[in-house]
Amino acid sequence: MEGVLQLQSQLADYTTSLYNEKEFLDEQFTQLQQLQDESNPEFVVEVVSLFFEDSERLLNELTKALDQQSVDFKKVDAHVHQFKGSSSSIGAQRVQNACISFRNNCDQQNIEGCLESLQQVKHEYSLVKNKLETLFKLEQRLLKAGG
Amino acid sequence: MDCSSSTMGLDYEESPHVLAVDDSLVDRKLIESLLKNSNCIVTTAENGQRALELLGLGDRQHIINKKKKKKKDSKVNLIITDYCMPGMTGYELLKKLKESSDLKEIPVVIVSSENVPTRIKKCMKEGAQEFMLKPLQQSDIKKLRCHMTKFSKPTNGKLCMGS
Repeated sequence: MEGVLQLQSQLADYTTSLYNEKEFLDEQFTQLQQLQDESNPEFVVEVVSLFFEDSERLLNELTKALDQQSVDFKKVDAHVHQFKGSSSSIGAQRVQNACISFRNNCDQQNIEGCLESLQQVKHEYSLVKNKLETLFKLEQRLLKAGG
Repeated sequence: MDCSSSTMGLDYEESPHVLAVDDSLVDRKLIESLLKNSNCIVTTAENGQRALELLGLGDRQHIINKKKKKKKDSKVNLIITDYCMPGMTGYELLKKLKESSDLKEIPVVIVSSENVPTRIKKCMKEGAQEFMLKPLQQSDIKKLRCHMTKFSKPTNGKLCMGS
């Protein structure tokens, strides 16, 4: 059974790496954590879960929209704009950045560019999702260990 | 910036009622939490139409304040709305609110993820109290408390000078 101190240190290191090394997360994520308290103990997990649901929906919509014979770039852009917004709200910096270049491709009505951007956004999203899930698991373990 | 409660018409102890309008589920959850953290009562709406209905202006009269009143005394102290929403934008919602004799006094704050000067200008021109950038922070909400007014007090309308 891992000690509390060990887990705490693991969690701290992991969190730091998310911010600093690869910039998966920015200060907005810290804001979320600050909103979590005894009256709202699951806040971060709840918001992030909403983000995951929303993102999956948006990615499906984007895939469909780009698969059309005649692509409606306005529609694609609207979805990307939403995705950019929600990723910014939870501090998923790299997803947000991928959305920005996606929007540029939409502006230029560049289909190839959009398809590449979609892949990039999907990739960044799955990375951050993975990271966040790991983070939550670490937190759970810490809680169980009595931390 | 010192907001003394005597100029606001809102007692220090009272919880202002804020209506937050945003099509994003994530953002609604976030703003709800930010507002509750500042001791506000929060109602959220996912679009302008729903917001108007809640305020008693829609086709379906689902008034937030359920008490029947001859003259609608809206209990909402502040409306925060996202700018970019499908259907009715925050700007369009703002216009509708300002056109309503019952609701035009409620301060409206527009929030947007995009810093577009022409957009900001037109919202302020239409009577928005403030324009803020997303994502909102706790400090933004603290600032907004100055703008919240209560309508049952006739000496109302004095807003924070420090903004």
